Formats: sequence, structure tokens, C-alpha cells
Amino acid sequence: MIRPEEIKMSADESGKWGMVIDQDICTGCQACVAACAMENNISFVGEKDSGYGRSMHWIRIERFWEGEYPEVKMTPNQPMLCQQCGSATCEPVCPAFATVHSQAEQLNLQVYNRCVGTRYCANNCPYQVRSFNWRDYERPEPLSNQLNPDVTVRRRGVMEKCTFCIQRIHKAQDKAKSEGREVLDGEFTTACAQACPANAITFGRVDDPESLVSQLAKKRGHGIKHLEELGTLPNVTYFKGG
Amino acid sequence: MADHKNHAGHAEEHFREKHLMLDPLPRGQMNDMVMESMHTTSWKFWVVFAILSAIVGYGLFYSWGTMIAEGLGIAGVNRPSYWGIFLVNTVFWIGISHAGTFISAILRVFKAEFRRPFTRAAELMTTFGLVQAGFSVFMHMGRVWLAYWLMPYANQRMLWPNLHSPLTWDLLAITTYLLSSTMYLFLPLIPDLAMARDRSTGWRKTFYKTLALGFRGTEGEWAHLRNAMNIFAFAIIPVMFSVHTIVSWDFAAATRPGWNSSIFGPYFVVGALHSGMGAVIMVLAVVRATMKHMKYFIRPEHFDAIAKLMLIISMAWAYFFFNDYMVQWYGGDKWTHQLLHFHEAGPLGWMWFAMLIFNIAIPWAVLWNQKWRSTPWIVFIVGFFINIGMWFERYIIVPISLSINRMPFTWRMYEPGVEIPLGIGTLAFFILLYMGASKLIPLIPVWEVEEGQMAHELKKFGRETVVSVSELE
Repeated sequence: MIRPEEIKMSADESGKWGMVIDQDICTGCQACVAACAMENNISFVGEKDSGYGRSMHWIRIERFWEGEYPEVKMTPNQPMLCQQCGSATCEPVCPAFATVHSQAEQLNLQVYNRCVGTRYCANNCPYQVRSFNWRDYERPEPLSNQLNPDVTVRRRGVMEKCTFCIQRIHKAQDKAKSEGREVLDGEFTTACAQACPANAITFGRVDDPESLVSQLAKKRGHGIKHLEELGTLPNVTYFKGG
Repeated sequence: MADHKNHAGHAEEHFREKHLMLDPLPRGQMNDMVMESMHTTSWKFWVVFAILSAIVGYGLFYSWGTMIAEGLGIAGVNRPSYWGIFLVNTVFWIGISHAGTFISAILRVFKAEFRRPFTRAAELMTTFGLVQAGFSVFMHMGRVWLAYWLMPYANQRMLWPNLHSPLTWDLLAITTYLLSSTMYLFLPLIPDLAMARDRSTGWRKTFYKTLALGFRGTEGEWAHLRNAMNIFAFAIIPVMFSVHTIVSWDFAAATRPGWNSSIFGPYFVVGALHSGMGAVIMVLAVVRATMKHMKYFIRPEHFDAIAKLMLIISMAWAYFFFNDYMVQWYGGDKWTHQLLHFHEAGPLGWMWFAMLIFNIAIPWAVLWNQKWRSTPWIVFIVGFFINIGMWFERYIIVPISLSINRMPFTWRMYEPGVEIPLGIGTLAFFILLYMGASKLIPLIPVWEVEEGQMAHELKKFGRETVVSVSELE
């Protein structure tokens, strides 16, 4: 069992990259979903498969009805993506070590070419944010021309998930290294955060108290982490009703 | 005086009719009967064989090939039911394979005499059931052509399987079970293979000669064989328990409402025995009805004995089921609550009630009656219902329980696709293997029956006829 002080410590210190999502200003426009799909070469599964729960988006906007008809209220939009857990339930269950923890970035990585497709990780993810390549989805011309060369294209039978745009993290780190400096806060951001017209998504170093994510977290004060009671130590904080 | 004699004669006849062990035939005759049962093949056998081969060809190999080529999209698995009927069938077939070892090893260890004519029929179920379980679990993989990555093999990059994963434990446990149950099937087969070798010609002679490993039946050979069988009978029992416990850990070790239950281990073991015993009794009823001379070897007393075990196991299953549900419900977790409600009141609630009727109500209503449970077709039907009920149980645990999770946005029902021909294919392949084996190896362990008949004796004390059993080993 993980003690509360450990959760606090890890959120403040050991988690490196993190995200803050403000549900109050999210308009539910789905720009993040589209941007993520472009950036990460996510397959378009078509209407039929998508309606059957096989859409492969790494981020989705969740919305629920609250109350009984006719007193129905819509809940605030809730962008849901991999929470990059500090103690992830998807990791230990993979028999092939395809789901591993990155010590450097404190992210949950999916090694596509090691994945054999048992789908245990997806079952065991309490956030249900992993997507599986059910088929080899086609990218007819000219769609194939917009593939991002920095991101692997996945084939059928492989699990995939949000990486916090690790290719952008590495690009920024390489650039900073070549210029002999540290990565600056706000120098780059993830595709979803970049595309958000309302600035509802903020990405950055959660271990740096000066970074925008840390400042926002401090300012808003009462952020929540989803399913915190499971001890997964998520790195995404949500604000609602502030 | 004459009256007394008659009375004793009646009692003796009654005993003989009832018990195989008290109804000895000359050994040569019994050997010939078993040989004949292997050789006699009617046209009906070949018709069924051809139909099953077609089903296996289409359902198993063609459908699986298509799925490998096109991806799991043609199956019904989705988010959130990432595991579907594939895993249902895996657990189901491992369950079937359980009773084989249970009957054979446990009854051998406890020296239950009624086991003698059907140990082989049960052990064959273990091996062939595990083959189907293997098929089912490999089908389920997204990239099955890389399945060897789950094996600990030496490689340049020093990549090993993840020993933290219950799936790795599972693979190791099932492999151990497959190897040890095959050896356990083979050891008691050796004397029968030698018997068949001495009574065959042509390719059969070569076949039995190779498999019999030159067994001649000397005192020393018997001593070694008995030793080995004894070791295996004892050693395979914990292996059997561990296998289904570890299968249950695939579910119990996961962070999911409804799965995360500490009683899943024994609950799964008992569930496996429940479906497995049902399958054994079905196989025996079919063997008795269709194969020559089997009415001599497999008698109502055997159905009676197995049906009693079925009744007890049904009660044990009910106990574990109640325990699991009761404690999970009492725990009051909101997601578990949702899930348990979904089980009985959801769109597939009928399955939940059918499971309880098939697994508990039907066996309890029928098997208490000695006349009914000694009637092959009645216990065949009960066994059939138990197997349907246990399949439903696994269906409820896998795709139905996966439909409900902690992210209500993703809740969705599961609709099977190519899983259906694939599942039917494994069933057909199981029957096909069994039919093939019934023509190739002696289905009745003749030496074991002969040994039992030598040990049993009817003795007369005054007017009473009494059965006595001597220890031969």
C-alpha cells in the first residue's frame, strides 16, 4: 500500500513531466484530439470500428449527463489521456516487457516492436486510455504524405498510447544540449496543448517550482488526480469548478 | 441346503453384474476385446470424422489464418472488452483438462477401485483439452508469430520475459502441466502398448513397438513403472492445483472491479473440476454407447461414482460462488456494486441466471437419485448443462465483467465475431483428437482392470457373500 506522503512526494519531486488540465475553460472542441492524431500518426479506424469502441485516439473528450430527465445537466468536458502514472498498473502485467517505465522522463513507455498483443496492459489500465491496432488501417494517398517522420507507424496487433509527445521532448532536449543550456519552460509543448484554443492544457516540468504547470497548480490549489485511491500516482492534474 | 446355495448364487450374480472388478474375464479375452474395440470402425465413425475435419479446417485453421492476416478486427474484441471469447475458451479448456488428472491422480493416490476402467479416458481429456487451451490463448494474441518472445530463451540482447506478469506465470504453469500430464498419460499406457504390440501386425506393430519402449513385463520393469507412476500421481496433484490458481491470478491480480478477489484461486479450481467432471461423464457415456465391448468395461456403477463426485463438486462450487459474490458485494465499492448489478440485471442477465440453474439447480435436482445418476443418458445431459453453465460463468467473468470499468465513458457491450467459428473449431478439434486416439491407443487400461480383478474376490462367510480386496503392490 502506498502511503499519502509518498504520493505527495512523488507528485512534487520525482515526477518530471506533467500536465495540468483546466476543465472549466475546456470548450470540448476536440482540437487536441485532431492535433494528437496528426502528430502521432494515429490511424483513422472509420465510422464502424469507431462506433464499436475501437477508435485509437490517445486523447478523448469525455462528457456525461448528470441527474434524471428533465433535470439533466452536462458535466464539464473532461479530456482523458494517459496519466503517465508514477506507479502504473499497466507496466508489471506485460509478459514481454513492452510496457516499461522510463526513468529519464518518468513516463510510461510502450515499446511497439516488442509488443506481442496480449492486451493485458489495456485491461489493467483503470483510465482505459490505451488503444490497440485491431487492423492494418489504410492511409490512402495523399494521407500518407502527412505522416510525422519522427513517430513510428504501428502495425496490426500492437498496443499504443499517449507518450506526452516524447519526440518533442527529445528534440527540445537535443537542441538545448547543443546550445549548452537547460530546456526552458514553455520552449516546446505537446501537440494537444499547442492546439488548445482555450489554453486549457498546460504541459511542463512538475518538478520545477518555477514552471507554468507548477505555478498553475499552486494558484488553483484544489486540483484532483483521477482514481488517486488506486495509488497509481498520476502526473496529470485536473481543475474543475474553481 | 439347496435354498441357501441359491441365495448365495443370487448374491454372487448380483455382485458380478454390478461391479466390473467382481466380474473377471480371462485375460486373453479381455485383451482381445480392447484390441477389437480399436479395430472396429463403422462408416458412421468416418462420416463424423469427415464432418469434424471440415469444421476444424474452416473453423480453426482457415478462420485463424484470416485473423492472423487481417488482424483482430474481425473478432469482437474492443475497448473495454480487450479479452473476449478467446480467454473464455482458454479458461474453459484448462478447466476440462483438470478433471482428467483429478480423476486419475487423486483416485489413484486414494486407491479408489472404481477408477480403473476410465483413468485413460480421463487422462486423454487432459492432454487434448490443453491443446485447445493453447490454441485459444495463442489466437488471442495480436502478433502470434512473435509468441516465442514469451519463452525464456537466450538471446543477444538479454531480453527475458517479465516474471512480474501473471501471464508469464501462466505460460510456465501450463507448459509444466502439459508436459507432466502427457508423461502421466504415457506411463500407464506402456503395458497396454506392449499388449497391443504383441497382438498387431503391419504399421500398427511398428507404431506400438516404438511407443512401448521394449516393455516385456518383467518384475523389474513393473517395479520401475509403478514407482514412476506413483511419483507422478502424487506430484501432478499440486501442479494441477497451481495451474488453475495461476489462471485465476490473470484476473485476480488485475486492478479491476469484480476480478480483484482473493478467493478466485480455489473458486477457479473448483469451477474447473465442475466442468471437467461433467466432460468426463459425457465422454464416458459416448464411449460406452458407440464403441464395441465398452458396456462390459464401463458400467452404471462408474456413472454412479462419478456423478456422486459431481454432486459434491457442484456444492463446493456453489459455496465458493456465494462466498465470492457475497464478500465483493458487502465490500461496497461503487464500481464493484455497478458490476455485480450489471451481471444479473444487465442485458445478459439471463446468462447469470442460466449459470446458476445449470451449475447448481440441475445437478442438485438430479444427482441425488441413485437410479438417475446411474443412467448414462441422464448424466450425459446433466454434464452437458454443467459445461454450458461453466462456459457462461467464464463468459460473465471475462467479456461481461470487462464491459464495466472505472471509466464509464468507455462502457460498451461485446459482440463476438470470428471467435464463434474459432471456438467451435477448438471443440471439433478436441473431439477429432479423441476419436483418433480411440482408434490408435487402448482406451481402457487393460492391465489396470486385470490387476483390480485379481485383487478382488468374493468370499462366503456362512450365508453371506462378502467382497474382499487384497493389496497387490
